Amino acid sequence: MRDEAPRFSYDEIVGLIEPRSTVLDLGCGGGELLHRLILTRGVRGRGVEIQEAKIRECLAKGISVFQGDLDEGLKEYATGSYDYVILNETLQALHEPVMLLREMLRVGRRAIVNFPNFGYLVNRAQLLLSGRMPVNRDLPYQWYDTPNIHFCTRRDFLDLCRRLEVPILRTIDLRHERHVPPWSANLFATECCFLLQGSL
Amino acid sequence: MESSGVGFVTPRDVTFAGAEDEPLLLESGRRFGPVTVRYESYGSLNADRTNAILILHAFSGDAHAAGRHGETDRRPGWWDAMIGPGRPFDTDRYCVICSNVLGGCQGTTGPGSLDPTTGRPYGLAFPVVTIEDMVNVQYRLVRHLGIERLLAAAGGSMGGMQALQWTISYPEAVAGAIVLASTARLSAQGIAFNAVGRNAIMSDAQWNNGEYYGKAAPARGLAIARMVGHITYLSDASMHTKFGRRLQEREQFGFDFSDQFEVESYLEYQGGTFVDRFDANTYIYLSKAIDYFDLGGKYGSLEAAFEKTTSKFLLVSYTSDWLYPSYQGKEIVVALMRRGKDVSYTELDCPYGHDSFLLETERQGALIASFLQTVNRHA
Repeated sequence: MRDEAPRFSYDEIVGLIEPRSTVLDLGCGGGELLHRLILTRGVRGRGVEIQEAKIRECLAKGISVFQGDLDEGLKEYATGSYDYVILNETLQALHEPVMLLREMLRVGRRAIVNFPNFGYLVNRAQLLLSGRMPVNRDLPYQWYDTPNIHFCTRRDFLDLCRRLEVPILRTIDLRHERHVPPWSANLFATECCFLLQGSL
Repeated sequence: MESSGVGFVTPRDVTFAGAEDEPLLLESGRRFGPVTVRYESYGSLNADRTNAILILHAFSGDAHAAGRHGETDRRPGWWDAMIGPGRPFDTDRYCVICSNVLGGCQGTTGPGSLDPTTGRPYGLAFPVVTIEDMVNVQYRLVRHLGIERLLAAAGGSMGGMQALQWTISYPEAVAGAIVLASTARLSAQGIAFNAVGRNAIMSDAQWNNGEYYGKAAPARGLAIARMVGHITYLSDASMHTKFGRRLQEREQFGFDFSDQFEVESYLEYQGGTFVDRFDANTYIYLSKAIDYFDLGGKYGSLEAAFEKTTSKFLLVSYTSDWLYPSYQGKEIVVALMRRGKDVSYTELDCPYGHDSFLLETERQGALIASFLQTVNRHA
């Protein structure tokens, strides 16, 4: 699914990761991000992916991957066993996003989460003016065939972090790969990324 | 059309642990020798001998994994679809080796072989062997072939057990392990089915405490054992698709005992052909070796078992395999992950039951080919 919608800049994620750390990438697809992290940051990485074809792509890159369903949580993973747990462009496709977020914060010393910002100006305008669900280059799906079942705005996510008492270490807000200042991000960012402090 | 595969192949024999050689120290503590090993190989070793893959056969398999022995060979080796030029175990790139296990009956020393001290077949005088003993014999074969480190050890079911044992017994000698439809310990259910098989053989009067060589073999007992085994290799869905409730020779019930459902006739056939190629005592010995297999029990815990392994792992389980269900493969994966080992896992959605690793060659083949390309790369 990730292939069809524009994706969050890998460069920005790479910039958040300390060299030679350990990384668990949830919904890792064909392993592109992990591959990049291994090459440029020397991390030890592992992926979780549900699609067989993507698993094969990971194997061809030499990346260790576990076929699993993120909606079942991370019970196989020990508490605090990774430096970073990444959830890249997948939060909005989960049945139980809060459960997985909690699991990520348990397993990872840090968690990185990004998602398309439903509060982006163009989405708001489409809904307001046409009276229909937004469909655009950032949200290319019709409501009936979208993998995205739990959309949120940047502000919604901040509220959730506050409710879960999760410290936010950094935010990156992008409008089509250009940085947007935090104060205007809920309206002008297409993509938001959070570096969170794990619960350990 | 399908390519011709590896073509004609010739099995070879080599003998270890003879009079001048170190005897084999078995897990039971017994010393044993000599051991003749039957093996086949396909493809060639590269100059630095780093492209060898050891294929490990399952319970009723043998060294003949691919190709044909001659024009009259009706069927190719048991994993022919997986081995050959352009196939997942690509013989244009890799040197693929397969040997019959210790205790077997297809060329490697087993209970049906002649005991040099008596000049008669061992029968039950043959020592009880384990998966680890099989692997120790394979290690001697690999060293004999001048290979220090295998690119991979690969097998399904009992073959997967051997692949796991390889990574534990010889952590420096195997870069990758491909473990299909397997487990780190046989379940009570698995032991139970093996016990029924052994009982069927031992209750056949012709078994005669294992001394039937040169006389009539316990064919009925062995056939029944095979029938039970075969049921465990299939699935409800595959049996339904293959046979349904169809009768073999009639359209309607005759309400007598000559009515035979197709599935019955299939099992009879499987049992019948099995006795022509398999030795009843080998059935008893190998099923016992599988029963004893329990890595967690042997090394304290499954995590501890994998402490020293440096191999990269690929584990595959199959949704319809109820003999070695997916959770058992996952247990291995979790133990390896917790020790920070390189391990990949997939569960193929596939209807053929435990036999899937022999039948679902296309999808598992694609995964294996990808894994082999990067087995020397650690991430």
